[in-house]
Amino acid sequence: MNPLTELTLSRHNPLVDPTLHVWQWQIPIYLFLGGLVAGLMIIAGVRLIAIRPTQREALVCCTIGPLAGLVFLSLGMFVLFLDLSHKLYVWRLYTTFQITSPMSWGSWILLLVYPALAANALAHLPEAIPALAKRFPVLIAWSDFILSRTRLVVAIGIANVLVGIGLGIYTGILLGTLGARPLWNSALLGPLFLFSGLSTAAALLHGILVLTSSGEELPAFADFLLSSLTRLAQARPLDQKVAPVLAGADNSFLTIELGLLSLFLIGHLTSTAVHQQAATLLLSGPYAAVFWIFVISLGIVLPLILQTLELQNSIRHTLAPALLVIFGGIALRFILVYAGQQSHWFHALN
Amino acid sequence: MMNLSRRRFLKIGAGTMAAAGSLDASLHVLAGSGKPAARGTRTVPTFCNLCFWECGAIATVRDGKLWKIEGNPLDPLSRGRLCPRGTGGIGAHFDPDRLRSPLLRVSERGEEKWKAVTWDEALSFIAGNMQKIKAEYGPESFAAFIHGLGGKFFKQTLRAYGTENIAAPSFAQCRGPRDVGFTLTFGDGVGSPERTDIENAQCIVLIGSHIGENMHNTQVQEFAAAVGKGASIIVADPRFSVAASKAKFYLPVKPGTDLALLLAWMNVIVGEKLYDKEYVDKYGLGFEQFAAEIQPFTPEWAYPETGIDPDLIRATAREMARYRPATLIHPGRHSSWYGDDAQRSRAIALLNALMGSWGRKGGLYIPAGMEIPGYPVPPYPKSEKPPVDNPNNQYPFADEAISTGIREATLTGKPYPVKGWLVYATNLLYSLPNQAETIRAIQNLDLFVVVDTIPSEIACWADIVLPESIYLERYDELHSEPFRQPFIALRQPVVDAPADQKPNWWIAKTLAEKLGLGAYYPWKDIEEYLAARLKAAGYSFEDLKRDGILPGPQRPIYFEDGAPAVFDTPSKKIEFYSAQLQKAGFDPVPKYTPPEQPPQGSYRLLFGRAPTHSFSRTQTNPLLMDLQNENSVWVNAVEAQRLGLKSGDYVRLRNLDGQVSNRVLVKATERIRPDCVYITHGWGHTSRMLRSAFGRGASDSQLITRYKTDPLMGGTGMNVNFVTLETEV
Amino acid sequence: MSRFAMVIDTRRCVGCYDCVVACKTENGVPEGYSRDWITEEVHGAFPTLQMEIRSERCNHCDNPPCVSCCPTGASHVHEPGGVVLVTHDKCIGCKACLAACPYNARFIHPDGYADKCTFCIHRVERGLDPACVSVCPTHCMHFGDLDDPQSEVSQLLNSRPHHALLPEAGTKPCIFYLT
Repeated sequence: MNPLTELTLSRHNPLVDPTLHVWQWQIPIYLFLGGLVAGLMIIAGVRLIAIRPTQREALVCCTIGPLAGLVFLSLGMFVLFLDLSHKLYVWRLYTTFQITSPMSWGSWILLLVYPALAANALAHLPEAIPALAKRFPVLIAWSDFILSRTRLVVAIGIANVLVGIGLGIYTGILLGTLGARPLWNSALLGPLFLFSGLSTAAALLHGILVLTSSGEELPAFADFLLSSLTRLAQARPLDQKVAPVLAGADNSFLTIELGLLSLFLIGHLTSTAVHQQAATLLLSGPYAAVFWIFVISLGIVLPLILQTLELQNSIRHTLAPALLVIFGGIALRFILVYAGQQSHWFHALN
Repeated sequence: MMNLSRRRFLKIGAGTMAAAGSLDASLHVLAGSGKPAARGTRTVPTFCNLCFWECGAIATVRDGKLWKIEGNPLDPLSRGRLCPRGTGGIGAHFDPDRLRSPLLRVSERGEEKWKAVTWDEALSFIAGNMQKIKAEYGPESFAAFIHGLGGKFFKQTLRAYGTENIAAPSFAQCRGPRDVGFTLTFGDGVGSPERTDIENAQCIVLIGSHIGENMHNTQVQEFAAAVGKGASIIVADPRFSVAASKAKFYLPVKPGTDLALLLAWMNVIVGEKLYDKEYVDKYGLGFEQFAAEIQPFTPEWAYPETGIDPDLIRATAREMARYRPATLIHPGRHSSWYGDDAQRSRAIALLNALMGSWGRKGGLYIPAGMEIPGYPVPPYPKSEKPPVDNPNNQYPFADEAISTGIREATLTGKPYPVKGWLVYATNLLYSLPNQAETIRAIQNLDLFVVVDTIPSEIACWADIVLPESIYLERYDELHSEPFRQPFIALRQPVVDAPADQKPNWWIAKTLAEKLGLGAYYPWKDIEEYLAARLKAAGYSFEDLKRDGILPGPQRPIYFEDGAPAVFDTPSKKIEFYSAQLQKAGFDPVPKYTPPEQPPQGSYRLLFGRAPTHSFSRTQTNPLLMDLQNENSVWVNAVEAQRLGLKSGDYVRLRNLDGQVSNRVLVKATERIRPDCVYITHGWGHTSRMLRSAFGRGASDSQLITRYKTDPLMGGTGMNVNFVTLETEV
Repeated sequence: MSRFAMVIDTRRCVGCYDCVVACKTENGVPEGYSRDWITEEVHGAFPTLQMEIRSERCNHCDNPPCVSCCPTGASHVHEPGGVVLVTHDKCIGCKACLAACPYNARFIHPDGYADKCTFCIHRVERGLDPACVSVCPTHCMHFGDLDDPQSEVSQLLNSRPHHALLPEAGTKPCIFYLT
C-alpha cells in the first residue's frame, strides 16, 4: 500500500474547512460554567443535608455557592445563546424532547437547575447574609418554611446532588457522543467534566472563604463582591476548622480528575489510529504546550501541591490554588473543544 | 500585493455595479428589468456559448428570473448534459462586472478612462473613422480578430466594407497546426467538433491532450464511456493528468519531445509490421519512402530525448496495433506548442494512418453536415490587395488568416499599413503571445474597436468598447457543424439583457447601415433572417424555436458503412511521404529537432485548461468563480521541497525576459515532472473593470514573451518560456 | 420501504465540478458554500501514481449521527427513502450536527440554519434524478433504491468492487464508490 501523497478537497465551506471550527469561545465557556454550576449544586446539596449552621464554610457552600450558581448558569446560557446561529428558533428546544440528543437532555436539565439551586440558597440565606434578610423579611419566612420540614431539606439536597451530577455529566457527554470527532469520542468525558466541575466549584468556594475569612458574618452579595476586590491581594489566616474541608475536597476532586484524564488518554492511545492521533494532538501535537503547561501543571498539579501544603499547615491558605484550578478548568474545556474539532477520521490517512 | 486604488474603479452604468454579496443578492439586483415577473417556470431551448462546442441546452426561468440551464436531450453534442461551464452559464447573465453600455475612451489608450455613450454615438464614431481609413489607406487597412459563431455578421459587414483581413487566434494560436498537419496527410482537417470516434475506440492515445480537464463536452462524455467500457488508454504528458489517471499506460514524456516519441512508435509499428497493410496499400502513397525515413528512429534513439523507457515505447506501440483500426491517436486541439507543431500533428496523422483509423469506427470518422443555403446578399467588393497576414506566402501551408501576421503588419506597416482593428469575442492579450507586441501594434492604430460582453484586457486598450448581450439574451446565427449526426441548432433569447447591451447581429447590421452598406442586410431583424434561411433549407423556424435542435438526415460516417473514402491531397491519397512539403523545402516525413532545455534552476512553463473556466472570459462569472477563484502553479513535490515551498504558499513566476507574474498559489504535487511547472490559462487579470477577477492567480499569457513560429503555417509555439519561482512574502 | 443511495463510478469521473455547479443552481446554494464537492486522492510517487476522483456530499447515512444529536428534531430522516433532511424552522443553529458529521458535509447557511445535500428530494419525488446525477457528463453517478434488488444501484453494487467513505465511523453511509 502506497502512502497517501495528496488529498485535495474542493469544498471550502466557512467554519468547516480546512478544519472544523464551528464552535468558538462560547462553547468552552458554556461547558466550563455548566461544570462549575454542577459542582456548586452537588456541594451545596451535600452540605445542605449535613449542615451545622454554625459553620461559615457550610453557609458559603449552601448559600453563596447556589447564588453564584444561578448567576453562572444564566451567564452560561447567555453565551450558549450567543453561539446559536438561528436564534429566533431557540424556543424549539422546549417543544420537543429528543431522547438521543444530549443537548435536548441538557436543555431540560437546565430548567431543573434553577429551582433546585434557588431552594438550596433560600434554606440558610438569613443566616448566611443577615443584611439581605433584614431588607427582605420574606426570605426569613421562606427559610423557616424549608428548615422546619426535614424531609424537604433532604429532598432539596438530593435534588441538587442528582441534577448537579446530571448537569456535570451532560457537559461532557455532549461532546462524548459526537463520534465524528475522535478526541471527544469517550464516555469518560462525562465524569471528567463532572469532577473538573466539582474541583472548580470547591476551588471557588474555597476562594470565597479565603476572601471573607476575617468577617464575623457574610456580607450581602453586592457588598461581598466589592469587598472581595480590596481583599484579593491579601493572604489571611483561615479558621483552622473550616477551610481544610474544602481544600481537602478540592484535592480529592483534582486527583480524581487527573485519574480520569489519564484513563481518557489511555483509552485513546490504545484505540484506533484516529483516536491515537487525536490523543497526540494533546500530548505532543499542536496543543501539547497548552495541555501540559496550563491544563496539567498549572491547572491540576500545582494547586494539588499548594493545597496539600495548606492542609499540612506548611503554608497559609491563599487565593492562588482557587484561581489556578478555575483557570485550569477553563483551559481544559478550551483545549478539548478546539483540539476535538481538529481531530478527524480522515487524519488516519496521513 | 497589488496596490489597488479605488479611484481607478470605473463607474459604468447605474448603481447596480455594487459588488453583490451573494448570488442571490445579485439575482435580485440584476434580474429586474422592470417588467412584472411572471409566476411559475418556463423553459426555452437554446445553445450554449461558454465555449466553442456550442452545446444544445434548455434554460429554465422561474418567476421571471433565470434559474438554471440543462442540456437539450435532442442535441447530439450535449446529449442532454452540459459541462460545468455550461451549467454555470447563467452566471454570465448575473456577472456583476459585465459591460453595460458603449464606452468611449477619454484618455490615453490602456488607462481605462471612459465615457458612457449611446449606441448611435458609438456606431457613428466607428463608421466615421472606418470611412476615413478606407479613404486614406483603403479598406484592407482595417483588420479584424473575430472568434466564434457570433462573429458571422461582423465578418459580413467587414467583407461588405472591403476587407478580407479577418483572423481568429484559434488558427495560429490553437488548432491550426493540427489541422494543417492532418490536411497535409489526409487532405482534410480534424474540424470542430473533432471527428474523433472516442466512444467506439478500443485504444485511445492522448499526447498532451487533457480530456476531462478540457471539457469539450461530447469528447468527455465519449471518453468516460470508453473508459467505462474498458478501453485501453495511453497518455503521454509531462503531467499526470486526469486522463492519465484513467490510463493503462502513462508515459511521463519530457516536454517538447512528443515528435521523437511518435517517430519511435511508428518505427516499431513499421519495423514489426504491425500496421494495417491492406489500408496503407489501398489508400496510402509513399509508404516505402516513409518507412525508410523513420528507420533510424528506434525506441533506443528516442529514450534519451523523451525519457521514456524503450520497452514502454514498444509495449505501447504493440498495444495500439492490437486494437487497430479502433485505435485513436487523438489529434488534440490546442497544438501550438513548440514551433514544430504542424509536423508533430502530421506525425499523429501518420500514426493514425498506420492504424487505419481515419474513416473507421473507433478512429476518425467522416462527419456528416447539412446544406443550409445562406441568405442571399450582394457580391462583396473584390479586395485589391493580397491578405496582409502572410506576405509572399512565407507560411505556405497556412490555410486560414494568421492573427500574429496581422499584428506583425500593424507593427511594421508592411506589406501595407493596418490602421484599424475590430476585435470580437477574443481577449487578444490573452490569446496572442507577447503582450508587449500586441500593445505596440495597437499604438499604430487610428481606430480600435472591441466588442465583448465583459471588460476584457483587450477592451481596456480600445478606443471604443461595445457591450454585447450574452448568449441567453440574444438570437444568433444558426449552428450546424458536420458531426456524427447532422443537426441545426438555434440560439434564442431566454431573458432580457440587464442593461444597454445589444446582440452582435444588431451591432453589425447597424454599423453596416451607418457605413452605407445596408444593402447587405436586406432583412428587418434576425428572426426574419433565420426564418428565411431555414425555409430555404426546408425547415420550419417555429419547429426549431420549439425544439432548439432539428436533426438532419443521417449519413454513413465510416468507410465500412459506405462513407466516401476521399482524400483531398494533391495525390488524392494518404500522403505518407509528402511531395508538396518536399517541394516547399520542408521535411516530407517529419523529423525531430530537440527543443531548447530550461537553464539550470528554471522550469518550462506549461499551461492548460481547467474544467471550470473558459479561456479568460469566465473569471467574473459568480457561479464559476465559486468553483475556482484563482489558479495555482503545479510544482513537482520534490522540487517544491528543495525550494522550501509547500502547497498553499504563494509565489511569483519570473520568466527569462524579466516578466514577473501576479502571486499564485503553489500546488506541490507528485503529478508533474520536475523540469516543468503548469498553470491553467485565463487568470491573473489586469483589467480593473473585472473587479471580481482582478489580480487573482497568474497569467501564462503575460509570461509567454517568447514564441517559436511554425515555418509551415505561422502558428506560434508558446511552450518555450522558462520561469523561476520567487517566494512571495 | 425504500432506501435511496448513490453509486458513483470513480473510473468514469473526471472531477469536472458539474455536479457541484448543478447543485448550486438547482438548489440556490449561496455563493461561497457547497453541498457537494470534489475530492482527489493521489497515492504513489511520480510517475507511478494512482488517483481516485470522487464527487462527495452528505452520505444520507443509515445511522446518521447528525440526526441523533439534534436537540429539536430539525435534523430528521425522511421516509420513504431514508433521506436525511433539515427542517429549517426547527433548527436553532447549535451546530452539533456539523460536529457530529465525520464527512463535514454540513454547513451553516447564511440564514442561520444547518444546510446540506437533500438528495434533491424535491426532484426525486417527481421521478427525477438529483441534479448532480442528471447533469453529470461522464454518467458516473447513479441514484436509486437499495431495497430494490433490480435497481441500477443494487445491480452495480452487486457486480462491481466498491467502497464507502469512512465506514469505520459507524455511520453506515449510503453513497458508494465503484473502483
